[in-house]
Amino acid sequence: MHTQFSVPDADGYYGEFGGAYIPEMLFQNVEQLRTQYRLIMEEESFQKEFNALLKDYVGRPTPLFHAKRLSEKYATTILLKREDLCHTGAHKINNTVGQVLLAQRLGKKRIIAETGAGQHGVATATVCALKGLECIVYMGEKDMQRQEPNVARMRMLGATVIPATSGSKTLKDATNEAIRDWINNPVDTHYIIGSVVGPHPYPDMVARFQSIISKEIQDQLLNEYGVDKPTRVMACVGGGSNAAGAFYHFLDDSEVEIVAVEAAGHGVHSGMSAATTQLGVTGVLHGSKSIVMQTSDGQVVEPHSISAGLDYPGIGPLHAHLFNSGRGIFINATDEEAMKAAFEISQLEGIIPALETAHAFAVLNDMKFDPSDITVICLSGRGDKDLSTYMAELKKQVDHE
Amino acid sequence: MSRIQTLFHRKNTRVLNIYFTAGYPELNSTLAIIAQLEKSGADVIEIGMPYSDPIADGPVIQQSSAKALQNGMSIEVLFTQLSELRSLCSIPVVLMGYMNPVLQYGFEKFCEQASKVGIDGIILPDMPVIEFERVYSPVLKKYGLDMIFLVTPETSEQRVRLLNQCSSGFLYAVSSSSTTGKDKDFSKVEQYLERLLSYRLHNPILVGFGIHNAATFTAATKYAQGAIVGSAFIKWLDEKGATTESIDHFVKNIKGV
Ligand SMILES: Cc1ncc(COP(=O)(O)O)c(C=O)c1O
Repeated sequence: MHTQFSVPDADGYYGEFGGAYIPEMLFQNVEQLRTQYRLIMEEESFQKEFNALLKDYVGRPTPLFHAKRLSEKYATTILLKREDLCHTGAHKINNTVGQVLLAQRLGKKRIIAETGAGQHGVATATVCALKGLECIVYMGEKDMQRQEPNVARMRMLGATVIPATSGSKTLKDATNEAIRDWINNPVDTHYIIGSVVGPHPYPDMVARFQSIISKEIQDQLLNEYGVDKPTRVMACVGGGSNAAGAFYHFLDDSEVEIVAVEAAGHGVHSGMSAATTQLGVTGVLHGSKSIVMQTSDGQVVEPHSISAGLDYPGIGPLHAHLFNSGRGIFINATDEEAMKAAFEISQLEGIIPALETAHAFAVLNDMKFDPSDITVICLSGRGDKDLSTYMAELKKQVDHE
Repeated sequence: MSRIQTLFHRKNTRVLNIYFTAGYPELNSTLAIIAQLEKSGADVIEIGMPYSDPIADGPVIQQSSAKALQNGMSIEVLFTQLSELRSLCSIPVVLMGYMNPVLQYGFEKFCEQASKVGIDGIILPDMPVIEFERVYSPVLKKYGLDMIFLVTPETSEQRVRLLNQCSSGFLYAVSSSSTTGKDKDFSKVEQYLERLLSYRLHNPILVGFGIHNAATFTAATKYAQGAIVGSAFIKWLDEKGATTESIDHFVKNIKGV
């Protein structure tokens, strides 16, 4: 019986979720990854280069910051894991550094990626520039409009950004296009998936690359607070990579509470939501079995969230298992609540968070904290990319006054 | 013997399989297209069940799927339409689609309904072999359905043999690692088909993807028992309409008669 939450079984299943539901045209590539990823990741030369880049290029370790005014408000201790201070402004780069080094060792010359908020696209374009690799990023047409600064950044870094014009023109469709590109370029191309989704071994591989987040939390708690674990860890969940990274080393310790926050959009039952665990059922999307938002006919529905990075109708199989087994607590925040929380955190702590991240703060009001609790929130990214959305909100506030 | 086996028993060269998307161009065009394809000389019909996220398909089939969904097509509606299938069509008919809608419909119920309306085989490109072996193979057997797996030029000999073992009816050779509808360099395709031929597999081989006229059909069927035409037919329906004359013209042109 497979009992660990953090790693899947040999076939890539977390409980009933995961696996590799891929057309034969992708088999060779995915199989090569499956048989190689652990071996390459464990090589000494890989570890050395990966760790050096995380330190000197990404800027790790990121601080674990005691948010005093926020803590005071809830009469407890709240610590923020500052992934927003990573180079390029979010946790996404931990994974892209790892996968680019892996792709090089697999002899791949061409890198493709999908992106929602543009953070994963920027992180991929950045590391490709560093390594002199060709980089193609698929991005939903709608997301290209709402995350315009990131489109410009990718282009400045030398990447080609290709708009995905099918379906809802967001992250789901960008992922479809990236998969089709990989099918059509089976030999020289590596596909860097940006979250803990996709066919096995992607969810496990991405979780391992992101697990540096919880490893550092563990070390920092011990060194700075003299405790070996927090009371709880909280993170927002799109596909679930920052959450997987922040939870990773605590998943198999049942004393640590795991809190995942999904995007409710206009409200879970408004028909304009992206709260996958609340609205989805078991299905197959982008190569793995998980929880998927879909119609009764099995057509994947178009989700809605104000944050492009959470606007996805699925969730990584690891999280589907955390939800189904009850190991994780899954709650959600609306667009409006996230927006309010973004302003609150900015003004309480002097940190402007990404809209995705703001969802993790938006649920604090609904939670109960003991004074002795230590709560770690993964501050997955900074808000620069969301400035136009924030400016529109500021204008609304001014007009209102 | 299944309907597909009977076909290959009788005819093992230049077998023409034509693909179209259910509910395209009109919701109710499905049966009329089937009847006309048989009349015009198709040997096998492959009906695509439209899906919102068809990752193995190129733009032409994606667009036909999106249109079919807009028209109101679903597995439920398709089976209702197909209840009359065997009163107007006697050649093998297979269903092609993706796992998610089939799982949502219920895999066993899907097989039961397919079998009831006279479907002969199933193609689900994203079904994992280990899931087929563990879960789905007995269900398909129970309802007498052939399961058809895909192979590509990158598929190793060992895996071709495994996929051949899992398949019955025929094996679907993708002419290159590509989404449907891409043009292909046929000399490479020939090498690949010669390789498949040299394995002496028990299943006949149909070549798919990229076949669009008499020349490519003849080239593909030099080394394989037959070929599958998909995107080219959808494009034709789009340009010329789904009339008796247009379908007849298309099929006869591919066959070179
Ligand atoms: C800052 C930030 N947080 C969270 C996410 C959501 O992704 P994931 O759930 O994989 O962490 C994104 C995605 O773009 C992001 O940019």
